[in-house]
Amino acid sequence: MSKAMTGAKMVVQALIDQGVDTVFGYPGGAVLPIYDEIFQQNSIKHVLVRHEQGAVHAAEGYARSTGKPGVALVTSGPGATNAVTGLTDALMDSIPIVVLTGQVPTFMIGSDAFQECDTVGITRPCTKHNWLVKETDKLSSVLHEAFHIATSGRPGPVVIDIPKDVQFATGKYTEARQVETHYNPQVKGDMEMITELAAAMEKAKRPIFYTGGGVINSGPAASQLLRELVAATGFPITSTLMGLGAYPASGDNWIGMLGMHGLYEANMAMHDCDLMINIGARFDDRITGRLDAFSPHSKKAHIDIDASSINKVIKVDIPILGDVAHVLEDLLNVWKARGRKTNKEAVQKWWHQINDWKKVDCLAFNQTGKVIKPQHALARLEALTKGMDRYICTEVGQHQMWAAQYLGFEDPNRWMTSGGLGTMGYGFPASIGVQMGNPEALVINVAGEASWLMNMQELGTAMQYNLPVKQFILNNERLGMVRQWQELLHGERYSSSWSESLPDFVKLAEAFGAKGILCSDPADLDDAIMEMLNHDGPVLFDCLVEKHENCFPMIPSGKPHNEMLLGENADTANAIKADGAVMV
Amino acid sequence: MSPLKIKKGSTSHSAYDLRPTFSDKEESHTLAVLVENEPGVLARVIGLFSGRGYNIDSLTVAEVDHLGHRSRITIVTRGTPQIITQIKAQLGRIVDVHKVNDLTVEGPSVERELALFKVSGTGNDRIEAIRLADIFRASVVDSTLESFVFEITGTPEKIDAFADLMRPLGLQEIARTGVAALSRGAVA
Repeated sequence: MSKAMTGAKMVVQALIDQGVDTVFGYPGGAVLPIYDEIFQQNSIKHVLVRHEQGAVHAAEGYARSTGKPGVALVTSGPGATNAVTGLTDALMDSIPIVVLTGQVPTFMIGSDAFQECDTVGITRPCTKHNWLVKETDKLSSVLHEAFHIATSGRPGPVVIDIPKDVQFATGKYTEARQVETHYNPQVKGDMEMITELAAAMEKAKRPIFYTGGGVINSGPAASQLLRELVAATGFPITSTLMGLGAYPASGDNWIGMLGMHGLYEANMAMHDCDLMINIGARFDDRITGRLDAFSPHSKKAHIDIDASSINKVIKVDIPILGDVAHVLEDLLNVWKARGRKTNKEAVQKWWHQINDWKKVDCLAFNQTGKVIKPQHALARLEALTKGMDRYICTEVGQHQMWAAQYLGFEDPNRWMTSGGLGTMGYGFPASIGVQMGNPEALVINVAGEASWLMNMQELGTAMQYNLPVKQFILNNERLGMVRQWQELLHGERYSSSWSESLPDFVKLAEAFGAKGILCSDPADLDDAIMEMLNHDGPVLFDCLVEKHENCFPMIPSGKPHNEMLLGENADTANAIKADGAVMV
Repeated sequence: MSPLKIKKGSTSHSAYDLRPTFSDKEESHTLAVLVENEPGVLARVIGLFSGRGYNIDSLTVAEVDHLGHRSRITIVTRGTPQIITQIKAQLGRIVDVHKVNDLTVEGPSVERELALFKVSGTGNDRIEAIRLADIFRASVVDSTLESFVFEITGTPEKIDAFADLMRPLGLQEIARTGVAALSRGAVA
């Protein structure tokens, strides 16, 4: 039986029915009826952020760490426009979030009313789908369908724009099970193609698994199946930034992250392999480098749930359209049924080659003197949190790449970073979302001082809900990655890439009632990190690091995988030519 | 390169589809896109083309099934085979899109366009205009002592040819509907 209720009540009822326990939001005129309903119930916890961008990133952090869709609630006009960066971020990284926006009443739409904007128009290109609901009778079915669309197929953000009169009016509530949808993406892969891949794996001399965020998005079963497949074949495995944790960093076959700041051995193996098995990655430009020199001698297989990702930039030989977990299950079955064969001798030789590349030790650094190297700070953080079930967020820049290089990820859903969009200001609100979804967990946001300041207002949120998120700021008083590119590309003219009037982060923390820790001496680092870990509450850790450290290894833009820059002694003077300089 | 006429229903793995996917040659394709008749669905399709830098040579849209709540968008687009494949896949991702058919490769199809031509003139030009209109089977839908409005239906090429002939005879204005297209044969 469908019940009658107001639109505002439907919103809360649908969220409860969808299993939502947390909503990140910020009230305003056009969502007051919904806030009034939230006030009168106890099933859903509302987290008041300090800026709508923070609400959406927090919902992303919640979604990525729990595997459940994140929910944000914002008002019309500026509330909706402030959400746009988070929506685009979620679209690029395929994160399932449902964002509810208030809208001026239907009879005022189009009149340039106060706090009116064309929310569905503005968010159309940055959502997987969006709706403007003009009838209360349709609201509940749209809400249920929104969760279905956000979470199935290639996940992504959706927006439901709800005019205020629709929230006040009474209509029929439709239960989730009564909603019919035509959106049912294919999850099973083509068996003929899967068999072809199994046959290619049997013959491969220099195979490599290249995995991405699709493995994480497919759920824990996908990571489990991936581990089985890697163990069963003995092939080396590398991963994109988005896929870290699907295969454990301590695993025998792990050869590290690949890409622009990936490990030497991973990139060399990608370049020289004869069979590349792409599982849930999308040949992003941070991964491929120069396209016409990308892994020139390999046969390429690509497992992806999104048909538009296949053959988009790299032509593949074995395309498999489907969900990673479903395809890996079938692949394992086929491969076992065919007798678990691999070309052992050749693969052994391939491993010798990879182990030789490993000897280059591309992440080596020298911690000497009285200044903390950022790599050292992360290496110590890694050592002192080893074995803990920790959740790491990052902002965007050098610190993000160093975190990916020096921290090891043992499980999926433990690594929240803005990969596709590269959103500075993502990490802090994301860490709040992660902590809300995992109240007992250790949550650390590895940040740069410039990124962190972009959403520093969320310290108020962390305090209000007593979320013990640790903000580990590598402070070089520079926009480090911008500075690095200016050094490599623009004749060391450091245009606007340093911060002249940074706050005293300890005092800033204290102003919010949080704990601040300053560390500038390598000798104090371990004690300071332990102090951060042992404090029960939000901590702002201001780690003063070497100001001009560059992030290596690096594939300069416009170069192939086998032309990496390997550290401080690299010849960086003419590393990037004009055709590479035009790329970002 | 003229598009291959291949059997309907063949997939990308079909032996018939032998064109190299990453060739640089641009081709013109007519796509039939069946969509949910929702507000904003046309904006999604057009936004996809402008956002990703694809070409639209012609686009028509109208509701085709009122009860089923379906509209049909016919798009004539240009691009390399890889871009055309991308366009189809990207269209297929739009939640409101039910079906994407590439009429150019999926078998023989018919394409028609309707156009209105306003031609003004007197004397020999006027006589020549109406003679050519007769040859092209265009009909007169409005007339004054010094002008005609012709209605013409045909392939886009036929309409282009008629425009070329009318230009020196006092062509004032053209209104074209864009291409409507269907596959030949008994089934949809």
